[in-house]
Amino acid sequence: MKLQPANAETVPSLRQETTSVVLAGVGGQGILLASEIVARAAMLAGLDVKTNEVHGMAQRGGSVVAQIRFGAEVFSPLLVRRTARVLGALERIEALRQFDLVAPDGLAVVSSEMIVPVTVSSGQASYPADAEARLRSAFPRLIYLDAVEIAEQLGNRRVANLVVLGAMAGELGLPDEGWQEAIRGSVKPRHVDVNLRAFAAGKEAS
Amino acid sequence: MKELLSGNEAIARGAYEAGVTVATGYPGTPSTEILETLARFKDDVYCEWSPNEKVAFEVAAGASLSGARAIVTMKHVGLNVAADPLMTLAYTGTVGGLVAVVADDPGMHSSQNEQDTRHFARFAKVPMLEPSDSREAKEMVALGLDVSEEFQTPVILRSSTRVSHSRSLVTLSGRAARQRPLGFEKNPARFVAVPQFARGMRVRLEERLARLSEAAARSPANRIERRGRRLGVVTSGIDYQYVREVYPEASVLKLGWVYPFPNALIREFAAAVDEILIVEELDDILEQHVLALGIPCQGKTVVPRIGELSPDVLLASRAKLDGKAVPAEARTASPAATGDLPGRPPVLCAGCPHRGIYHALNKCNVVVTGDIGCYSLGALPPLSRMDTLLCMGAGVTMAHGMDKAGEPRPVVGILGDSTFFHSGITGLLDIAYNRGASTIIVVDNRTTAMTGHQPHPGTGRTLMGDPSPRVSIEDIGRACGINNVATVDPYDLKNTVRVLKGAIASEEPWLVVSRAPCLLDVRQTLGPPLRVDEEVCRECGACLKLGCPALECDGGIPRVNPLLCAGCGLCNQVCPAGAFEVEKEVAS
Repeated sequence: MKLQPANAETVPSLRQETTSVVLAGVGGQGILLASEIVARAAMLAGLDVKTNEVHGMAQRGGSVVAQIRFGAEVFSPLLVRRTARVLGALERIEALRQFDLVAPDGLAVVSSEMIVPVTVSSGQASYPADAEARLRSAFPRLIYLDAVEIAEQLGNRRVANLVVLGAMAGELGLPDEGWQEAIRGSVKPRHVDVNLRAFAAGKEAS
Repeated sequence: MKELLSGNEAIARGAYEAGVTVATGYPGTPSTEILETLARFKDDVYCEWSPNEKVAFEVAAGASLSGARAIVTMKHVGLNVAADPLMTLAYTGTVGGLVAVVADDPGMHSSQNEQDTRHFARFAKVPMLEPSDSREAKEMVALGLDVSEEFQTPVILRSSTRVSHSRSLVTLSGRAARQRPLGFEKNPARFVAVPQFARGMRVRLEERLARLSEAAARSPANRIERRGRRLGVVTSGIDYQYVREVYPEASVLKLGWVYPFPNALIREFAAAVDEILIVEELDDILEQHVLALGIPCQGKTVVPRIGELSPDVLLASRAKLDGKAVPAEARTASPAATGDLPGRPPVLCAGCPHRGIYHALNKCNVVVTGDIGCYSLGALPPLSRMDTLLCMGAGVTMAHGMDKAGEPRPVVGILGDSTFFHSGITGLLDIAYNRGASTIIVVDNRTTAMTGHQPHPGTGRTLMGDPSPRVSIEDIGRACGINNVATVDPYDLKNTVRVLKGAIASEEPWLVVSRAPCLLDVRQTLGPPLRVDEEVCRECGACLKLGCPALECDGGIPRVNPLLCAGCGLCNQVCPAGAFEVEKEVAS
């Protein structure tokens, strides 16, 4: 028995009603915490949600990517290429690395931070000097901001991840109270305030 | 109450709710968080990190024979280590429910191979369950324990990286009461696998397998989802979720109880659809079985057998099956913006104590047989100082093998502290007993670092947070018969090189323990960040050969990233000009 090719009409369009989000950065930048906050905000909005991230070896200073998908009913925790509605990135070339996942009309929120990988420092590769120009050509809808600078002004450079989240939030359409509660539920009590302020500063900057 | 749980957290929750009282394991990505989560319920569940997976499996087996419900967790390659008890526990069977949770790593995110654990279910003739999300992961622990008790067999729960590390919504319940009284019941014909009894067990094993196949066909864990008649997809685990995205119109035979194969259900499904496609990650186990039932199907002709599946991979498979071009969504990016980006592989952290040992080894003309742990990152440029990696413990034993083969260069084996306790000791015993001459380095960073800092017998504390005897690696070496034992501080490069050179030149075996804690574990730095004095730097690049992520250089004079620098000072030790200085001195 050989399978017959299907008609073009019978090939369904991919499930469009699920919203996909990608977070990218370097191990240690707080990508996994940001992923948890997005997922909780979606859950608190009464939506089905799935996330995915890679642990272990990938966290020793390597590239880190997390995906979050939410909607009425979510099946795969992994999105289809070119379908993410928003990309949030904490490092320039880590944003470019995930270009492939973002929808052509998707929003990219990219922190201008530059972290030189060991492959560059040891002379095996070079860091693109034109990263910003590449970002502008790759992402027609780009918010390019210095999240570390904004975080430092708030007194803690580690909350750059929340600055980026804040700048992404408008595009995701989740209720503000949900974000607040998700942040409160995901960070240590003594860090809640600075994280909330970083989120608000990111929103302001978007 | 609903919570967002990873597959691993859900498995732990399932064990708690199902009344498990003994939980054992050895850390291994992607399985580690199961026991770490379960240890939060330590008042109700005894949890331990065992020295290795074989020990963990046997401890769980003992608990089961006393009537307790038990789980044992490990990654896929861990089951190779625990295969010995698995194969014969399948003969003797269980009393209290025993579920072995084994997490595969298709795509090798954090593993040395991508073996398909489903082979072990068939090999050992034990049932296997495979969840597709966190809700099922929780429920299948309870199902597995019930099946284990009803059929008196160990059950394997197979997870994978994408199930273990994806979060989804789970409804929580309370903890079930104890199912059966504790107390081992003597029954040599069941529990003593000497040949005269094992022959009877062997017959019962086959009888049980036939009964399990019937139960699998009736189980709600396996279900037919009727949609279109044209195409029926048979799938399991995380692949089910991808199938629902890519084939929303297809009927699906969703297998949660994947072995023994539910033959009756497969036949029923085949009769209800025109064509069958098997979607399974890694090997063609299901496909070969469906073909053996005399049912024509497609599978590995369009679905890859190497690496992870994903919706994108299945979109390409779908296009191939339909004879169409791969849709734009499934194609890769434009190379203009992203084609030449520098890679960012994982590296030894700034200030990592392993860096000093690799630098010292680079001063010696030796072969280095390596092992599994963070220090395997020393195989990559610019350190490039680990020459082999096979499995846990092989850093010791392969060194001895090369030595005995007459390898022209001296051989040095390297392994970590947790790996030493896992399976390095027997190798060391072999070197001493059979009079080898290799040098074994234990890079003792006082934790199981790569998997996220789990305690082990050398740390002086247990998974449940209790103090315990702190085992000395040096004492074990001496007890094995290694007479030359040295301890070095890997941040003292000069002394480390001197000790290693002496050990390597010796005609006797040496054990060198390089001791300094993992900085991520102790959450400390070693000093204030350094900086480069640009007047002094000769741009020779010696410091960059350390592969430290805190040293950034894009040509010209390197720069220290003060946020990453741990102040270890290795860069200044290797700098011929002494161009590094402590930052605050510069400021003053």
